[in-house]
Amino acid sequence: MSAMQRKKRTEAFLLGNEAVAEGALLAGCTFFAGYPITPSTEIMEVMARRLPHVENGVFLQMEDEIASAGAIIGASLAGRKAMTATSGPGFSLMQEQIGYACMTETPLVIVNVMRGGSSTGLPTSPGQGDVQQARWGAHGDHPIIVFSASDVRECLEMAITAFNYAEKYRTPVILLLDEITAHTREKIEIPRPGEFEVLSRLLPTMPPEWYKPYEETVRGVPPMPPIGTGYRFHVTGLTHDPLGFPTSRPDEVKAVTERMFRKIDRFFHDIQIVDHDLTEDCDTLVIAYGSVARSARLAVRQAREAGVKAGLLSLKTLFPFPRPQVEKLLRTCKLVLVPEMNMGQISREVKRVNSGITTIRTLNRVDGQIITPSQILKEIA
Amino acid sequence: MAEVTQLIHQYLRHNKKFPLVFCPGCGIGIVLGSLVRSVHALDIPKDDMVVVAGIGCSGRIAAYVDFNTVHATHGRALTLATGIKMASPHLRVLTVMGDGDALSIGGNHLIHAARRNIGVTALVVNNFIYGMTGGQCSPTTPFGSYTHTSPQGQMEKSFDVVEMARAAGANGVYRGSVFHAKALDGLVQRAMSRPGFNLVEVMTPCFTQYGRGNRFRSPVEMFQWLKDTMTPREVYEKLEDKTGKLPMGVFVEHDEPGLEQRHAAMRQALADKGGAGS
Repeated sequence: MSAMQRKKRTEAFLLGNEAVAEGALLAGCTFFAGYPITPSTEIMEVMARRLPHVENGVFLQMEDEIASAGAIIGASLAGRKAMTATSGPGFSLMQEQIGYACMTETPLVIVNVMRGGSSTGLPTSPGQGDVQQARWGAHGDHPIIVFSASDVRECLEMAITAFNYAEKYRTPVILLLDEITAHTREKIEIPRPGEFEVLSRLLPTMPPEWYKPYEETVRGVPPMPPIGTGYRFHVTGLTHDPLGFPTSRPDEVKAVTERMFRKIDRFFHDIQIVDHDLTEDCDTLVIAYGSVARSARLAVRQAREAGVKAGLLSLKTLFPFPRPQVEKLLRTCKLVLVPEMNMGQISREVKRVNSGITTIRTLNRVDGQIITPSQILKEIA
Repeated sequence: MAEVTQLIHQYLRHNKKFPLVFCPGCGIGIVLGSLVRSVHALDIPKDDMVVVAGIGCSGRIAAYVDFNTVHATHGRALTLATGIKMASPHLRVLTVMGDGDALSIGGNHLIHAARRNIGVTALVVNNFIYGMTGGQCSPTTPFGSYTHTSPQGQMEKSFDVVEMARAAGANGVYRGSVFHAKALDGLVQRAMSRPGFNLVEVMTPCFTQYGRGNRFRSPVEMFQWLKDTMTPREVYEKLEDKTGKLPMGVFVEHDEPGLEQRHAAMRQALADKGGAGS
C-alpha cells in the first residue's frame, strides 16, 4: 500500500454503537427501521442522520419493535440490506418476526445491545442475559447465527460480518453487544471500501418461469431476487414446498426443514469465528465473549506474569456454538473458566461439549456491574 | 364468461393447488375477484403488484394471485408492506387483512400506517369473526352476537373501522360489501389509484362460523342481510331511521403525498444542496 493511500484512511473516536452503524453502512445497509430503547438508541440515531445521505437510504422510526422487524423483513424481500437495533425487551417482541425471517430465509441483521436483568431490568447497566434467547427465542426448530463483539473495532467488523453472513446464508443474523461495549468510546480506524469483503445475496440467473424460490440446491441456499424484478413468487411463514406454497405433505415438510438446517450445518467451519489469545501452550483456559473477553485478555496476561499458563478463547460466534475449537482446548487444559454477566448461558454450552473431559468453572455476575480483570485473575491464578 | 376465463388465466396461479380453501357461502372469493378485476382495470403490470396478506381466512388470498405475494405474520402485514413500499416505491403494494388481523393484533400497525400515510392500499375484510380458528369473537363482532368465546352474547362494543381510519389520518377511507360487487370494484380501484394510505373495509359474510350461531339459516340469508343493511352513504345520510343500516361508499379523501413521496422529496432536497452521497 502506498503512503498516499494510507493517508486517506480515516480514524474516528466512536462509541461501540456508532461503530456498529458505521460497519452496517460500509457493508451496504440502506434500510434501517427501529424503535428507541436504551442502551441501543445511538445506533438508530446515527442511521437517522446518515441514511438520508446514502443513495436510496431509508430510515424509519416504527411504532414498536414488532413493526421494526416487519419493516426490515419487507425491505429485505425488496432487495435491501436491512437492519434494526434494540435491547432485551424489544428483542423479545421481535421473536415471532425473527422466526418468520428464518422460515422465509430472509437476510436481516438484528443488533441486540444487552442490558442487565430480566424484564425492564437495568436499562443502563450491562448484562449478557439474552444469549440463549438469541439462539432459541423464536418458536419452533430453526437455525440462526449469533455473533458478539468485545470492543469498538470489533463492533464495526462484526457488523460487516453480520451482513455478509446474512446475505450468504439467507438468514437473520443476531449481533449481541452488551452495554459496556456499546457505550465504550475508542479510537478506531475506519477501513476503506475494498479493504474488506462485502457479500450480497445470490441472484437467480435462470428465467423467471424456471425459478423455484425454495429449491433444493447443493449449498442449500437458493437464489433470492428482489420483489418486483419479474420473479413473482409466494413468501409465507407456513411450511412451504419448493415453489413457496403452503404444504403439509410430510416429505415436503421434512425436506424444507432439513435444508434450512443443512445450509448452516454444512458451513460450521466458515461461520464459527473465535479469537485465540495465548492458547498454544495453555493449561488454564478462559472462554469469554463481549466486554468480558476484554477483561479476560488482561487477566490472562497478568496470570502469565504470575507464572500460570493461561490462555483466552474469545468467542465472536456464539451460535452455532464453536464446538470444535472449544473441544480441542478442553482436551489440553486442566481448568476452564467461563465468566459471564448472566447465570451461566454460554457455560451451559461449554459443559455440554465438555461431558467430563476437564473441570469447568463459572464466574457469574448479575449485579449490573462489569466483570473485572482482577475477578477473573483470582479464579485462574 | 369468456372475459372471466381470461382474467382467471391471466391473474390466478396455474401452479397453485385449487380449489380455494374458502367455505361454501364465504364472500372472500368475491374480494379476490374484485382485487383481480381492479388490477386489470388499472392496467397494473403483474410484476409491479405486491399483495401482502395477514393470517386468517382472508390472508389465504395471497397464494392464489399471480403477483408478488407475501403471507406475513398475524397482524403484521402492514409492517412488511411499509418496508416493501419504502424500499421500492415504484411497486403497488396492497394488504389484505381480516378484522381480527387488522384491528385486534394488528390494530397498532393500522393506526400508525394511516398516520404516516404510507402508500399502501389496505383491504380490511370484515366478517365479524375469527373464522379460521373456528369462530371466536373479534373486535368487530356486533354487540350481543354469539360466538364460541361469547356464548352468552358479545359483551363488548365493536370497532367502527371507517371512523378509526379517519381519526388516524388515512388519506382515503372506503366501505363496500361483497354483495355490491360492482360498487366494490369501483371503491378498490379508487383506493388503489390514489397516493398515501387508503383503506377499504369490505363487509363479507361468514356463514360457517358466524351465521350459523346467529340465526342465519343459510348463506343466502346472510347475503340478503348485506343487501338490506348496506346503504349508499348519500342515501344513508338522508334516512330518518338509521337503525339496521350501515353506510357504504367514499368516506374520506385527502390528497396528501404518501410517506415514500415525502422521503423522495427530502432526499432530492438534500441532493440539491449537495448532501447526497456525502
